[in-house]
Amino acid sequence: MSEFFAMGGYGFYVWCSMGAVAVLMILEPVLLSIKHRQLIKNIKRQNRRQASRENTASQTEKS
Amino acid sequence: MTINWFKYSSPASFYPLAGKLIPVFMVLAIVLTLGGLYWGFFQTPDVLSDQKQYYRIIFVHIASAWMAMWLYVVMVFWAVLGLIFNTRLSYMFACATAVTGAIMTALSLWTGAFWGQTSWGTWWDWDPRMTTQLILLFLYMGYIALHSAIDDNRRADRASAVLAMVGLAIVPVIYYSINCPDPNACASLHQESSMERIETNIFIAIMTTVAGFWMYCFAVILMRTRNIILQRERKSSWVARLEALK
Repeated sequence: MSEFFAMGGYGFYVWCSMGAVAVLMILEPVLLSIKHRQLIKNIKRQNRRQASRENTASQTEKS
Repeated sequence: MTINWFKYSSPASFYPLAGKLIPVFMVLAIVLTLGGLYWGFFQTPDVLSDQKQYYRIIFVHIASAWMAMWLYVVMVFWAVLGLIFNTRLSYMFACATAVTGAIMTALSLWTGAFWGQTSWGTWWDWDPRMTTQLILLFLYMGYIALHSAIDDNRRADRASAVLAMVGLAIVPVIYYSINCPDPNACASLHQESSMERIETNIFIAIMTTVAGFWMYCFAVILMRTRNIILQRERKSSWVARLEALK
């Protein structure tokens, strides 16, 4: 196993390349899905605020 | 069965479709990339002509370098489509492609540097292939910077689309920097493309990894497009009716 990771003495170069690819290709979709969740949360909040504003407006109209 | 493609040019009908496609592309990306790398590390010889085991950087280097170049063409395609038909979704696609393209370009330069250090003894050289690839990275960054510098989305879309189109000139230069008919005319440190002479198992591993990278790019571009749609259309009535918001 350690022979495999040594890559004939070139392990540092091979794994630095593979590592960078792995880190960026995992990080990109993770960050995108976090951003997606945040966007959904913000829109929900915006909708709730709008709904409560409409509610108060209709109540003032009635009174 | 005929598919009405124009139906999906509206963000409202594209958004749920993209949501269904993302997991499919993601699974394909993981299977193909890991499969290609497995084949590349365990089913291939330890040497590639005069190169020792460090040649295995080839699998991620070629895949990221190809994606860097192709994604630029894809980005310009959507930008031009946006300019011609003035479709919102095309511009959103162009925007979403730019970031992934920049990441792929950065990865190709990074992996290339490590490969260069082992096989040529230098991390960097102002050789035609490397220099043009660096310019490609600057073009992606220029596109992203210009787009974010203009507040109005529609104007930002159009201005950056023009910049992307002008930048397309770099793509044939990158391609011919190692594929020119007379090798003396493009004599450089970077070796010529030699895919047709390569050992079969190495070739299979490269192609499988490249296919995996394509699938990955489809998945993340769709994810980013969905985010851009939500950002830009957050006040539309269809967004308020989305299942995820209930």
